[in-house]
Amino acid sequence: MSLTLLYVQTLNGLQLGVLLFLIAAGLTLVFGVMDFINLAHGVQYMIGAYLAAMFTAMTGNFFLGLALALPSALLFGLALEFLVFRHLYDRDHLDQVLATFGIILTLNQAVKVIWGAAPLSVPIPDAFSGSIVLMPGLLYPVWRLVIIGSGLAIAVLLGILVSKTRIGMLVRAGATNANMVSALGVDIGKLFMIVFGFGAMLAGFAGAMVAPILSVEPGMGDNLLILTFVVIVIGGIGSVRGAFIAAVMVGLVDTLGRSFGPTLLRAIMDPAAASQTGRALAPMLTYILMAAVLFFRPAGLFPAKK
Amino acid sequence: MADAMLSLRHLCKSYGALTVTDDVTLTIPKGEFHAIIGPNGAGKTTLIHQISGLIPSGSGHVLLEGEDVTRLPLPLRVRQGLVRSFQITSILPGFSVLENVALAVQARIGTSFRFFGRAAAEERLNAPARAALDEVGLADRAETRAGLLSHGEKRQLELAIALAAEPKVLLLDEPLAGTGPEESAVLIALLQRLKGRITILLIEHDMEAVFALADRVSVLVYGRIIATGTPAEVRDNVDVRVAYLGEEVT
Amino acid sequence: MMIRREALPLLLFAFFALMPIAASFGPESYLLALVTRVMVFAIAAVSLDLILGYGALVSFGHAAFMGVGAYAVGILSSHGIKDTAIQLPVALAASAFFAVITGALSLRTKGVYFIMITLAFGQMAFFLAVSLAAYGGDDGMTLSGRSQLFGFDFIKRDRAFYYVTLVALIAAYALCRSLVVSRFGRVIRGARENPQRMAAIGFPLFHYQLAIYVIAGTLCGLAGFLMANQAEFVSPAYMTWQRSGELIVMVLLGGLGSLHGAILGAAAFLLLEEGLSGITEHWKLIFGPFLVLVVLFARGGLIGAVERLRGKGGA
Repeated sequence: MSLTLLYVQTLNGLQLGVLLFLIAAGLTLVFGVMDFINLAHGVQYMIGAYLAAMFTAMTGNFFLGLALALPSALLFGLALEFLVFRHLYDRDHLDQVLATFGIILTLNQAVKVIWGAAPLSVPIPDAFSGSIVLMPGLLYPVWRLVIIGSGLAIAVLLGILVSKTRIGMLVRAGATNANMVSALGVDIGKLFMIVFGFGAMLAGFAGAMVAPILSVEPGMGDNLLILTFVVIVIGGIGSVRGAFIAAVMVGLVDTLGRSFGPTLLRAIMDPAAASQTGRALAPMLTYILMAAVLFFRPAGLFPAKK
Repeated sequence: MADAMLSLRHLCKSYGALTVTDDVTLTIPKGEFHAIIGPNGAGKTTLIHQISGLIPSGSGHVLLEGEDVTRLPLPLRVRQGLVRSFQITSILPGFSVLENVALAVQARIGTSFRFFGRAAAEERLNAPARAALDEVGLADRAETRAGLLSHGEKRQLELAIALAAEPKVLLLDEPLAGTGPEESAVLIALLQRLKGRITILLIEHDMEAVFALADRVSVLVYGRIIATGTPAEVRDNVDVRVAYLGEEVT
Repeated sequence: MMIRREALPLLLFAFFALMPIAASFGPESYLLALVTRVMVFAIAAVSLDLILGYGALVSFGHAAFMGVGAYAVGILSSHGIKDTAIQLPVALAASAFFAVITGALSLRTKGVYFIMITLAFGQMAFFLAVSLAAYGGDDGMTLSGRSQLFGFDFIKRDRAFYYVTLVALIAAYALCRSLVVSRFGRVIRGARENPQRMAAIGFPLFHYQLAIYVIAGTLCGLAGFLMANQAEFVSPAYMTWQRSGELIVMVLLGGLGSLHGAILGAAAFLLLEEGLSGITEHWKLIFGPFLVLVVLFARGGLIGAVERLRGKGGA
């Protein structure tokens, strides 16, 4: 295994981690503050990607497209909150699962009807296309670096927002003890709406950013949603910091496991068996990681609730 | 201490910097009715949680008949005979009154890994359950849904459930909480009947009830026991009057 | 009222038993296949109702057990072992084993965590199946025929298979019915109402919940065994998380915690799917909003609706 490949894959893992964080950050707060299980969060990611694709095609400029896609994603999230989700906050988890499952079915299909079943592609903005030499022999796509960079920047901003501002304080307090927050005389309905809309926009941003390197297709959010769940469970529900650390962990474990798992196994078994086992085991690694974390810490690494 | 039924040795519990119970040591002999009183926030309920195993013990030991049960989780302590009631009524509202109690019998008799046969028809479970209901005066409500009982009746049911577990030691967390004068008279009479038969550790706010029922009383203030004695001794104890009853010492 | 309530499952089974006779006057093989599929999913839904409805454990990975059962059939049969006497015990044991491992880990957690973890374990099983290149990987694999019993092709004919499935459904239903009123079932139901009280009565709930989780998983493995045989095909698609979601939908559609509600729900779901997809390929655009509306406005599912109607009628 070459060192260059290791660097490249580590960066890829980091990029996946950043992506997962952008989706998980909103979701973990929705879970934590509202005790609301939202399966439809992956759909927000998909909608973000589609909106970016549409607006980019219309304006001919990715950044203009992104600038239009973000508020649209926010509006879309708020509309869903207003029409459906807010009626579910005081229901049990099962009702929430069922209704948000219904929303997934609806929107995946709606996307198919509107934009067709075939994947859309979004060109990488010219200024950031191509690759850059990071060190001798290490060439890396610029756009992926942009994703990593913007994701990290948002992580820092979000960290400051949550730990330093009044609304962040309320959100943290809400994740620890929702009753307390309403006892403080805060309009909890409004707080929920803000958290929800913000989370939807972050997920939409994630979708928009990866649109140029992934194919934009119906159901693209579904599998990522499950990985996001794993991230949230590992990080601890309601913890943004936990979500970040867990997202990077999951991103790295998943990416590195897939590319180096078989190679590492070759050290202890014969090559054919190693590649067989490696390929079977690699996609399970993140889940094994989750099981291991939960075995020792059933509430995740950084549980918000005491 | 051959006849010590329940011993607490240096029990402590703290949440972060906040110490809730602080070095509580207490020995309750078999058959004693022991009451713990103290101002709000003195750590009384935390102490019961600690003894019963509902929350993990900080440090210190709980001994039942000389045997260390500190490491046992709540359900296993119950099976050893260390049974508790809850301050906020905790019953199965969708079950009938009889079934609530029969479940406690079921936990005690035989295995519950039995997958066939109607449990509700097992006389082996229902007979002791009816006896416990009789004891607390709820026999005629046996078939009612527990959720439909009045508050006082729920408190009675709570006691019946505890009794059906055949406790060696009964931990009662404010059994009179929220009851009216008539309801509490019924409950006090019931506790009076239990006195001497079962070792009881009672937490209660109603001073009259405590002084009428208890053999000995301990006073808990800021998580520490500041005095233990007969009701008369405790009433006369100067420290207690200052710390708890709030009286000026003249 | 009591008699009526107990009459519903009997009516359902009578319908299933007599359906093939009626079907012989119509498109027989289509109807047999459709209703067999309904019954297979009914077994899975009944098993899910055990943990979902009676245990209040929202498991979102139940389809994995169906997949494990189905893959046991597929893998054994690809190695030439086609006899039910071996396949069925292996399918059940494999599902039970998967349930013990995932249940023991999942049940350490509660609420939203439990939902997400069961979901994740379901996905793990899915990805494992996808990576089994030797057994078809992504595409799944076609069986060379249905299972035999002591060398005899006992379910080769669709009608025979139909009745075998019906017997399996009735047996599964009867087992669950007995379970929920037994001592064991009473503990499970008690834990649904008030777990803290159950612990304070002296029940270490983890053991009981793990047991019901394993029983439900094993029963669902039975559904998987039948599923593989009906389609004569196994694929990772059997255990997607969407499939797990559909199983939950079936149970809720029928009404939680009644067992026969789950059968009703499975039938309603599959027939609705069949009917709607006959009308438009975008049937999910109708079904999705329908689900949301059911949650918002019709709590208690079909059984609940029936009981509400009855209540209004003053029965």
